[in-house]
Amino acid sequence: MRDLLAAVVAVGAVGLTLSVAFLILGAPDLAVAQLVVEIICLVILVRTTLSRDRVDAWGMRSDAAAACAAAFAAAFLLTAAAAMRALPPFGAPLMRLGGVYLARGAAGGKAGLNVVGKIIGNYRAYDALGEATILFAAVMGVLALLRKVGVKDDGGAGRGR
Amino acid sequence: MTAYLLASLLFLVGIYSAATKRNLIKIIIGLGISGYAINLFFVLLGYRAGGRAPIFPEALAAGEMVDPLPQALVLMFIVVGLGATSLLSALAVRLYEKHGTFDVRRMRRLRG
Repeated sequence: MRDLLAAVVAVGAVGLTLSVAFLILGAPDLAVAQLVVEIICLVILVRTTLSRDRVDAWGMRSDAAAACAAAFAAAFLLTAAAAMRALPPFGAPLMRLGGVYLARGAAGGKAGLNVVGKIIGNYRAYDALGEATILFAAVMGVLALLRKVGVKDDGGAGRGR
Repeated sequence: MTAYLLASLLFLVGIYSAATKRNLIKIIIGLGISGYAINLFFVLLGYRAGGRAPIFPEALAAGEMVDPLPQALVLMFIVVGLGATSLLSALAVRLYEKHGTFDVRRMRRLRG
C-alpha cells in the first residue's frame, strides 16, 4: 500500500483478527492481552506516522533483497515442512511440561482460577522478571531516543547530502 | 500440519516485508507480523481438539484442557513485542528527524 496510514490500520486489523483466533483456540487471556497491546501499538504507530507520511518512500529496496527474501522463503518452507512432521499433529498436544505443572498442583489451590496465571506465578517467575526487565529497558531506550533536553542540535547536518 | 504451515506462511509475509520494503514503518510492521505468526504457532502447538480454555481447572481433567504452558510463554512475548515496537518507532522518529525521510535508501552516510 502506498499510504502509510492505511498500512498501519491494516496491521491493526491483522492483530485484532489474531485476538479472535486466540479466543477460538482456547486462550482468552491471550486474546485480552493481544487486544490491549494491539490498540497501544496502533496508537504508537499512528503517532509515528502522522505528519510524516510521504509517498516518495515507496517500493522495494532492491531486486537483490527481493531475490534473497524469495530464496529464504523457499528454504524456510522446505525445512519447516520437514521439521513439522516430527511435531505432534494439530489438535493433540504433547503436554509434557504442562502436564507436569498440572500434576504438581498448578491447577489446585485457592488463589486464582486461571491456570496460565498460576503457571507464570508459580513456575515461570523468572520469565516474568526478564519480561519486566526488557520492558523497562525499552521504556528507557524510548526516553533516551526522544529526549529534547541536552541533545546538541546539529541543525540537520546529516540531511540532504 | 496445514495450520502450522499457514502460520509459517504468515511469518514469511512479515519477513518479506521487513527484508524488501524501503519504508522504515513498513519494516517495523513486517517485524510485528512475524511476531504475530510466532505467537500463533505456539498457541497452535498447544491446541487440543475440542479442548476447553484453562480456566476453572477443578472441573477439568488435564486431558480435556488446552495446553496452558505455551499460553504462559506467549503472554510474555506479547508484552515484549509491544516494547520492541515502541523502541523501533522511537528509532524511526529519530531517524526521520535527522534525515527528513523514512526511506532507508536515502539514509546514506550514517554518522555516529
